[in-house]
Amino acid sequence: MTMSDPTNPSLPGTAPDPPGYAPVNYLNETWGLKSWLLTLDHKRIGILYLISVSFYFALGGLMAALIRIELATPQGDLVSPDWYNRLFTMHGVMMIFFFLIPAVPGVLGNFLLPLMIGAKDVAFPKLNLLSWYLYNIGALFAFWALLHGGVDTGWTFYTPLSTSYTNTHVIAVGLGIFINGFSSILAGVNFMVTIHRMRAPGQGWFRLPLFVWGIYATSLIQVLGTPVLAITILLLAAERLFHIGVFDPKYGGDPVLFQHFFWFYSHPAVYIMILPAMGVISEIVAAFSRKRIFGYKFVAFASVAIATLGFLVWAHHMFISGMSVYAGAVFSILTMFVAVPSAVKVFNWTATLYKGSVLWETPMVYALGFIGVFVIGGLTGTMLATLGLDAHIHDTYFLVAHFHYVMVGSAVMGYLGGIHLWWPKITGRMYPVFLSKVAAITVFVGFNVTFFPQFLLGYLGMPRRYHTYPPEWQTLNVMSSAGATILGVGYLIPMLYLAWSLKFGPKASANPWGAVGLEWETTSPPPVHNFATPPVVTTEAYDYRARAAPAEVPVGG
Amino acid sequence: MTPNAPLFPPSASELARQVDYLFFFALAFSIFFAVLIAVLIAVLGSKYRRRHPDEVGVASDDHAPSSKMLELTWTAIPFGLLLILFGWGTWVFFHQMRPPDDAVEYWVTGKQWMWKMQHPDGTREINELHVPLGRTVKLKMISEDVIHDFFVPAFRVHVDVLPSRYTTYWFRADKTGTYHLFCGQYCGVEHAYMVGRIVVLPPKEYEQWLAGVRPGRPPLRSGEELFAANACNTCHRPDSSARAPILNGIFGKSVKLLDGKTVVADDEYVRESILNPQARIVAGYQPIMPTFKGVIPEEELLQLVEYVKKLPPPAAAPQETR
Repeated sequence: MTMSDPTNPSLPGTAPDPPGYAPVNYLNETWGLKSWLLTLDHKRIGILYLISVSFYFALGGLMAALIRIELATPQGDLVSPDWYNRLFTMHGVMMIFFFLIPAVPGVLGNFLLPLMIGAKDVAFPKLNLLSWYLYNIGALFAFWALLHGGVDTGWTFYTPLSTSYTNTHVIAVGLGIFINGFSSILAGVNFMVTIHRMRAPGQGWFRLPLFVWGIYATSLIQVLGTPVLAITILLLAAERLFHIGVFDPKYGGDPVLFQHFFWFYSHPAVYIMILPAMGVISEIVAAFSRKRIFGYKFVAFASVAIATLGFLVWAHHMFISGMSVYAGAVFSILTMFVAVPSAVKVFNWTATLYKGSVLWETPMVYALGFIGVFVIGGLTGTMLATLGLDAHIHDTYFLVAHFHYVMVGSAVMGYLGGIHLWWPKITGRMYPVFLSKVAAITVFVGFNVTFFPQFLLGYLGMPRRYHTYPPEWQTLNVMSSAGATILGVGYLIPMLYLAWSLKFGPKASANPWGAVGLEWETTSPPPVHNFATPPVVTTEAYDYRARAAPAEVPVGG
Repeated sequence: MTPNAPLFPPSASELARQVDYLFFFALAFSIFFAVLIAVLIAVLGSKYRRRHPDEVGVASDDHAPSSKMLELTWTAIPFGLLLILFGWGTWVFFHQMRPPDDAVEYWVTGKQWMWKMQHPDGTREINELHVPLGRTVKLKMISEDVIHDFFVPAFRVHVDVLPSRYTTYWFRADKTGTYHLFCGQYCGVEHAYMVGRIVVLPPKEYEQWLAGVRPGRPPLRSGEELFAANACNTCHRPDSSARAPILNGIFGKSVKLLDGKTVVADDEYVRESILNPQARIVAGYQPIMPTFKGVIPEEELLQLVEYVKKLPPPAAAPQETR
């Protein structure tokens, strides 16, 4: 990756290395494909995840592009209905199971968790590598299915469509998700044990960075929720192959039961995608306000509250499925409860800016964009949780817009913000400042132009998963497709300059942002064992007062 | 905002407008919070922007009473608003899901990929439903295959249409016109083509329309005809020599089963007893009835259940000749 010659760090004619830049580091201490594919170093495994998730993100993005081109006209003219259905199904499967769920924990969690708690590695390094392999084996099943025609049930696999009526590759994709689930479970167990057992001396629970709290809450969901998904997929496969009569009414089953099982995992899975991204936002806001997060404990407990309450709201996906109206009322109010800790987080992040030392660096642009987008995603979520409104906007583009505001707007923006925050640490290189800000703003604008018109389309009544639509909705759809083009460019630029920076980017110092956190105390990139001497924690997280040297004057009121 | 590109859907019922009011309330407080946060970020983010490279922020004291007060405020206010939203939304929803007593029943059968509608008089339509203005219409719906969903944006309600179970959709149209009907639950290859129209006509025109199409569209055989054609009447006779339970007046009553349990004879139970007679046998009878699964289509089942529902109690039953 970095090309510096370890024996001669300052070649003639180049600037000397900045303080804390390590010419010899985890990236170049050993060489060769084998040293990567058999690595037990959490940092290298993080990079393996980075490569994998980027591939599946690009693949899912390509399918989204085709969907948006098709929807630029009301008629079905680009692809057949058959292929349209496969496109949105595989887009969902790829993005959710093989990008969003592993992205932040797999890439940033793996790289940073041990660094943030002053550990040499995660608790079970071999298990960590196994997680990455299981993830890729799972993804290969889905990829194989894609090459052989894909699956057309929607990522939700509703029965009895998926068990008796489709002839596409339900089992192959299901198996892929099943195997990938074990990756998720093992990663969750690994992170939980690491956080419990391997914190640096002096680092109590309330001295942990909030990213660690986010990862902890996420791991909790992964460990408790994913087995239910595994069971559901097994039952689905058994129903499809042997007609055991669990889900298909033709054999005495209950089709709505599947939805309960499916959402019991898949709703908490939404929080698997958003909680770690929220953790990233806490880190960015603290680093670029140079200030402790306002209401640290509220933000930390909000993560745990979201993870816990997240298990009690699954049937809000099923208000109009024929379920009892009283059950609907219970799930509606529980969903309102889960909105509260999310609101608390937003207010605390915003309040952190007060009397901060705010720098609008690229990661901060992503983070503040995240907050704006997440507010809209969250508020429209409360509309969908309102029974009388859901009856109308259920499964329309209003819902599509809502969950893209949470998953693309928020989770992906959080992920990109995190990548930009820690890129100097991960690679030892800086990226172009101006270009990266332009890209961040392009993503923000492109995202909103793509998905905001979809709220209007949804309230107008455009159902999701429609290959064609009434002509009077074309204007809004064209806007959305145009926005998607901008968004695509916004995603492409960082891929290019980040790749460029690996070789040509200026070398990074140990702490280019002047941020507080154990990960900034080691070199960039870190050595194989992370710290020259095991760190000891003596202050709370984000303690900029302790860090302030005499030259560093705190701002006045 | 040309008429060709509407930004807001037409509404065709009082309940639809109730949904809109609820939406405007949610929208108002959403806009309030979204603008509040955006303004705070812009103002705080520029007022406190870094002016010196070594500058650090001033940490707030989380234990200060003012901080605790702030946390309490921004927990309690959203919570209160959400409770209002919940209460109001639930109230609207209960109305949406519960048809009034004066509703006239129509029948809808969904299948991949079409809607089959039946009027009370048996007149049939495909992918179109004509209804008179002002009539409270209740749709009793079932699917022949996968899960579908009956969605008319102008009425602001979706209801899933399930295989194996009846669900109900109701509306009282108060504006004439033609409105979109969509399948709102993904149902396979031609899901996007499972669309249709709801045509709301003034009552007189509706009667004329019915009279006009009736001759060209032979209605389904009535429940009574089907009851005879499927030989139900050979066993289910309203006399003491019957080999099967007497169905007259049974609808809506509790029935004692062979295994000691009781069940209310509602439309689900009647439908199940036709398709899967062995499932819940009435106490005192032998499990001798054959299944009619795959023999009687859903549309005819709707008629049969309706016939059973309307059978008068035995005392008032007309004496049949033997």
